[in-house]
Amino acid sequence: MKQEINEKPLLKGLAINDKKAVETIYRENYNMVQSLIINNNGSADDAKDIFQEAMIVLYEKVRSGTFELNCQIKTYLYSVSKRLWLKRLQQLNRYAPPIEDPESTVSVDEEIEDHEKRDAEFEMMNKAISSLGEPCKSLLEAYYLQKQNMQVIAANFGYTNADNAKNQKYKCLMRLKKIFFAHYKNENGDG
Amino acid sequence: MGDIKVLEAVERYIRGEMNPDERLHFENLRKTNAEIDQLVVEHTLFLQQMNRFGEWQKFRGTLHEVHTDLAEQGKINSARLTGKAKVVYLWKRYKRVAAIAASIAGITTLTMSALVWSITPQAPASEIEKLKGEIYSIKTKTSQTDKELSKVKNSINNADNTIIYKTGGTGFIIDAKGYLVTNAHVVEGAHNIAIQNNKGEFTARVVYIDQLRDIAILKIEDENFKPFTSVPYAISKTESKLAEPIFTLGFPRNDVVVYGQGYLSAKTGFNGDTLSCQLELAANRGNSGSPILNKKGEVIGILNGRLKNAEGFTYAIQGKHIYKVLDELKKDTSYQKVKISARSSIAGLEFQQQVEKVEDYVFMVKVN
Repeated sequence: MKQEINEKPLLKGLAINDKKAVETIYRENYNMVQSLIINNNGSADDAKDIFQEAMIVLYEKVRSGTFELNCQIKTYLYSVSKRLWLKRLQQLNRYAPPIEDPESTVSVDEEIEDHEKRDAEFEMMNKAISSLGEPCKSLLEAYYLQKQNMQVIAANFGYTNADNAKNQKYKCLMRLKKIFFAHYKNENGDG
Repeated sequence: MGDIKVLEAVERYIRGEMNPDERLHFENLRKTNAEIDQLVVEHTLFLQQMNRFGEWQKFRGTLHEVHTDLAEQGKINSARLTGKAKVVYLWKRYKRVAAIAASIAGITTLTMSALVWSITPQAPASEIEKLKGEIYSIKTKTSQTDKELSKVKNSINNADNTIIYKTGGTGFIIDAKGYLVTNAHVVEGAHNIAIQNNKGEFTARVVYIDQLRDIAILKIEDENFKPFTSVPYAISKTESKLAEPIFTLGFPRNDVVVYGQGYLSAKTGFNGDTLSCQLELAANRGNSGSPILNKKGEVIGILNGRLKNAEGFTYAIQGKHIYKVLDELKKDTSYQKVKISARSSIAGLEFQQQVEKVEDYVFMVKVN
């Protein structure tokens, strides 16, 4: 119980992408996950991939809820990492050894399913934005992701005034939305 | 054109940026016009997805950064491999060889550049005056200043616990997050540094100093400082042209920013020094560290000295050296995000208008 109370501020920090909180969680759990992966047919690079993905699952979990896990952060990250790694081994058709758990685990199948769906959506968005090419990519990123205002963008991108930049941004946006909604309807139409 | 306006309105509506009247009007429009209603629904979904995508990207960036930091500090054993695979082991060995090769290359480069530097003519100290200002003009020997000196002394005695800044120069912002450039000789041996302009006074700290190039990078560390949104000028990487008109802003007087105008008179500095260039420009004590800007709104140099006993022979360190110093600074991982804006937003404006935009980014650097 005491542990969980101590971990709440950390989870709150994580939810707002506070670097200190992320660093603490990272530092306290990375080695555990790395030994799990390396002892089970993986490399250090695999360990980094899997651990970071598990961190994203945790991040999404605390953002959607009340910053409360029904277990310790450590248990959660271990469970997610293990599940992700077994899945990865299966996909690669590599031998998936039976893993003996030094840590206790919790069921995280549902969360991983949600995560995979979201991950696919983000990857799609990532590809869609990249496929637009320049200047569209940087222009849309500056406005929608970095939330810069149009005057600043116009200046940084060398447009003579904000209206020209707006025009260009509008054209780019239309292209992106077209790709986005084509995927979106496909996904949700086929179930 | 109409569509752009509609979309802009939709975005402002979704973000809650409309005033109540506008909002009411827009909501009515939404009720009567199905197309607009559809657009709002669709665009809300899109913006939500964009926002979440942006946060996801940012979080992934943080993870990556944290991993690199922790691995470097040895707080996680990421680099150490406990795996049995020989391939991995060989790869590790190979990497070490590569690292040795790279460091040999590095040493060679350093030696070469050291050689080049030692060949570069150094101005005899006596002939070039560094224009670091003495804020209280203690050095000027006239009876009047002697009188003032005693006044200053009195004021020092009166204000025991405030920091008295004795010398100073000028500095200018290179990264909107609060990084400034000034001359190394301005902040030499500094205990405390404060920067000041009409925006206020902030404390700052030296984060990098390059004596050879006479460039120092300061970081504003003051809770009252609000980062700028962007920097209006760029910093030139290329050589400037002879006779190119230039202007400068600096603090040769103690309180107000002073404008100076002139042109580039030689591509090299004193005695053919390739590090700097020569300007036809009046400069005074306190001008050290002032930015030299051209018509394109680019900083082409940092003013750092003048020839003694000759008006108008002013020297500036060429702008490209700022990049070199910055590259050095960035080797420290905590400063990897320091960035110089690549584009000037004031290109082609009249000097008068450029000054207006640049003024806020130039500070008096006070040192004690």
